[in-house]
Amino acid sequence: MSKIRVLVGTKKGAFVLSSDASRKRWKVEGPHFAGWEIYHVKGSPANPDRLYASQTSGWFGQVMQRSDDAGKTWEAVGNQFAYEGTPGTHVWYDGSPHPYEFKRVWHLEPSLTDPETVFAGVEDAAIFKSTDGGTTWAELPGLRTQETSPGWAPGAGGLCLHTILIDPSNADRMFGAISSAGVFRTDDAGQSWRPINRGLRSNHIPDPDALVGHCVHRIAMHPSRPNVLFMQKHWDVMRTDDGGESWREISGDLPTDFGFVIDVHANEPDTVYVIPITSDSLHYVHEGKLRVYRSRTGGDEWEALTNGLPQKDCYVNVLRDAMAVDSLDPCGVYFGTSGGQVYASADAGDRWEPIVRDLPPVLSVEVQTLA
Amino acid sequence: MIRVVLPANLQTLAGVGRVVELDVASPVTQRSVLDVLEGNHPALRGTIRDMDTKRRRPMLRFFACEEDLSDASPDDPLPDAVASGSEPLLIIGAIAGG
Repeated sequence: MSKIRVLVGTKKGAFVLSSDASRKRWKVEGPHFAGWEIYHVKGSPANPDRLYASQTSGWFGQVMQRSDDAGKTWEAVGNQFAYEGTPGTHVWYDGSPHPYEFKRVWHLEPSLTDPETVFAGVEDAAIFKSTDGGTTWAELPGLRTQETSPGWAPGAGGLCLHTILIDPSNADRMFGAISSAGVFRTDDAGQSWRPINRGLRSNHIPDPDALVGHCVHRIAMHPSRPNVLFMQKHWDVMRTDDGGESWREISGDLPTDFGFVIDVHANEPDTVYVIPITSDSLHYVHEGKLRVYRSRTGGDEWEALTNGLPQKDCYVNVLRDAMAVDSLDPCGVYFGTSGGQVYASADAGDRWEPIVRDLPPVLSVEVQTLA
Repeated sequence: MIRVVLPANLQTLAGVGRVVELDVASPVTQRSVLDVLEGNHPALRGTIRDMDTKRRRPMLRFFACEEDLSDASPDDPLPDAVASGSEPLLIIGAIAGG
């Protein structure tokens, strides 16, 4: 019988939540790395017991952790992230040039086929690769040295590479998303990258249709259709059908199209989930109601999913890496909030229950579906 | 033996208690103590001082014998009481947050 493992990164440690396929009774393990910010925990698709975790601290810097027993024990591995060559500059908040400085790992994306290979998206924006299980890291400098990069400027959360998607049909193609530069694509396994932001429109930047400068919050892909990407931008929910060559808005009838998370149903490539957040100045759910919105039409038409979620006096946020799906049928959907709740739906979003209610603020949620 | 007192989060990371005892050859300096500490506990590399420059991370400070040694040269001898093991070298994280 299948099992589900939910990997949760929080502001004060990591937690592993596990259940059988019923997804009704959960075992909670943790906190691992108590007291540390855990930006992301993710398992290798090629070996589900191999987990990677990004452990960070404003005091003590970056630590990388690896587990070979599904999170029971961990080993600190390599934490040296050195930019290739002499790092250049990006634009600072006041418009001045600012040297690239490594701050932390936001996102880990293990290879689809090799447990020893993992990519790391970091702040200040760059992508690193390890082929020895996280022991050593080397930058793929083609992204940071891309010709538009001197003009990249950080969003409020920093100049972070927060999403990496690997095309399951073509290992040479990857997508990376940077706040607040935009989406970039490589077709040569990370050697060279180019911006793919045509169709994005951001009214808060000087040129709303600029090639870069768009505050992309998250992108998502269904593995069966890697040319179709869904995006939650700062404002606007977007979609591309041609691998990012062009984007169109699919916000449709959402009550607000600001938000952070977006994900795709595991078995229905045109079923998409977002959680609208009130605005860029009010980082909490709209109208005091925690509502997941689901589109079964690939966007434009959205329905509110509220069963089991608080519908009054709720003012939590849901951050960009804090939603994930399992691959059972019916599909399970999971998300974590700034209030420390991790909600699960075992029926594609129709009904929700909290797995846990009182964790530290949740930074990331990943799900493993285990045979 | 040299005694080093670690902040709580580094105790968790290294899997040690509050006080770590180290066998450090003379001369006993910040650099020699931290070299041995990181050698004995590799998980601490990069968490107290920058991996490349070896400069103290900005939100940590070093104290011993009621003196703030944070801005002293890493190659200055530490106080005799630290070298003899009667007083510890304190690594302290900034008090911040809420």
